[in-house]
Amino acid sequence: MERDDIIEYSLDAHHSEEAGVKARKTIWKVTGLLTLITIVEVALGTFIKQDNSIWPFVKWFFIVLTLVKAAYIVLSFMHLGEERKGLKYVILVPYMVFILCLIFILLTEGGAVDSALIKYGV
Amino acid sequence: MAGHATKQFDTQTLWGGKVSPFSSSYGKLMMWFFLVSDALTFGGLLVAYGFTRFNAQDAWPIGEETFNSLPFLGHGYPLIYVAIMTFILIVSSVTMVLAVEAGHRMDRKGVTKWMIATIIGGLFFVSSQAWEWSHFIHGSEFGKVELADGSQAIVKGHFGEIQSFTVVEGGHHHKKGDVIKDDLLHQYQHAIEKGHIENNIIHLHDGSLAKINKAGNEHMELIIKKDGGKYKIGQKIEGEYASKMYNEVVNSGEANKIIYGANLDQNEYGPQQYGQFFFFITGFHGFHVFSGVVFNFIILLGVLKGTYHKRGHYEMVEKTGLYWHFVDLVWVFVFTFFYLV
Repeated sequence: MERDDIIEYSLDAHHSEEAGVKARKTIWKVTGLLTLITIVEVALGTFIKQDNSIWPFVKWFFIVLTLVKAAYIVLSFMHLGEERKGLKYVILVPYMVFILCLIFILLTEGGAVDSALIKYGV
Repeated sequence: MAGHATKQFDTQTLWGGKVSPFSSSYGKLMMWFFLVSDALTFGGLLVAYGFTRFNAQDAWPIGEETFNSLPFLGHGYPLIYVAIMTFILIVSSVTMVLAVEAGHRMDRKGVTKWMIATIIGGLFFVSSQAWEWSHFIHGSEFGKVELADGSQAIVKGHFGEIQSFTVVEGGHHHKKGDVIKDDLLHQYQHAIEKGHIENNIIHLHDGSLAKINKAGNEHMELIIKKDGGKYKIGQKIEGEYASKMYNEVVNSGEANKIIYGANLDQNEYGPQQYGQFFFFITGFHGFHVFSGVVFNFIILLGVLKGTYHKRGHYEMVEKTGLYWHFVDLVWVFVFTFFYLV
């Protein structure tokens, strides 16, 4: 007997053949993109060394590319993009807050320790 | 929930409280929460790595200086090997998501095929990492050298081949005039570490002395990684002079002036913490990959037995898939922060 006093929900564990064709197309597209990003990263790393004057930009470019890769893996491969909004935020927001806080604190502190070592000796 | 009213109702999905938070099944949600906590662990490790690196600044090794070898091909291929490893892991993530997709269509053959591909990819990755560890532990032919002024430098260049040792003074085992051709590099490096080479004469284990027949090193470059009285971090010494300085240390007869490879106390690449972070971060990640392979194998057995087909859905494949993608995700960050930047 079907009830209407509770939230209706299914596992979302099935889809049709047509939906499968579409899903596979997306998967291969994302694969191509991730491969392309990795190739670009290695090529850049090979040709632009860390003593190059544009290295700081390349470094930030690497970090952006990494975040793009991570976003595609999480949202597409792990299907977080298809989950409810609430679930997305429950997973992403606390993580982002903790990690950004940690990065800020520890890298600032690391730089401060370095300059203290330079100033006062080891 | 009007939008969901048309969906099929599935009592098995409901939790004890007769609802499904976030319209997700219990197992998937708990897997997500586990992954968040595991991601925090890895995040903490990488941030700690960043902290230590910011402390050390220029003394810290650069990925492409340290990881530039390929199996069978030798040196001179910066980051190519680790890029291949990254690609293998991405591909195995793709085969995993294809297995999940096949599961949604109840295509048992498809799930089996892609799960097997994923497991093979995972095994490839773990064995690549084993090679990388072995290479990291054994180190380069040159090692890290401590110069006369107390500074330390990593060494790049072409290592001249050791042809043989000619015994000039007999010991317990070797007679005068013997020509030794086995295990040369290992004996050579061991003798340098112990300070057993003087004026191109090596002291062998059995007490004999032998002349080293070795081609000259070429295209030498010393990159200073630790301040000394004369040379400072970041300076580079090139050409003939570098070669001369290196050979002086080799022939000085003093122990512990050259370090080869890595262990938890010291390594030839940079500060002590560098080796420790390498072992811990890539080791912890490698252990995750290994566990992932084991999980995938167990799930594959379930697929082959038809357990999930009977159950009516392949959600177990989805759950182990989440873990597998997470392992790939972590590697994307390790690749960037340990190797690239």
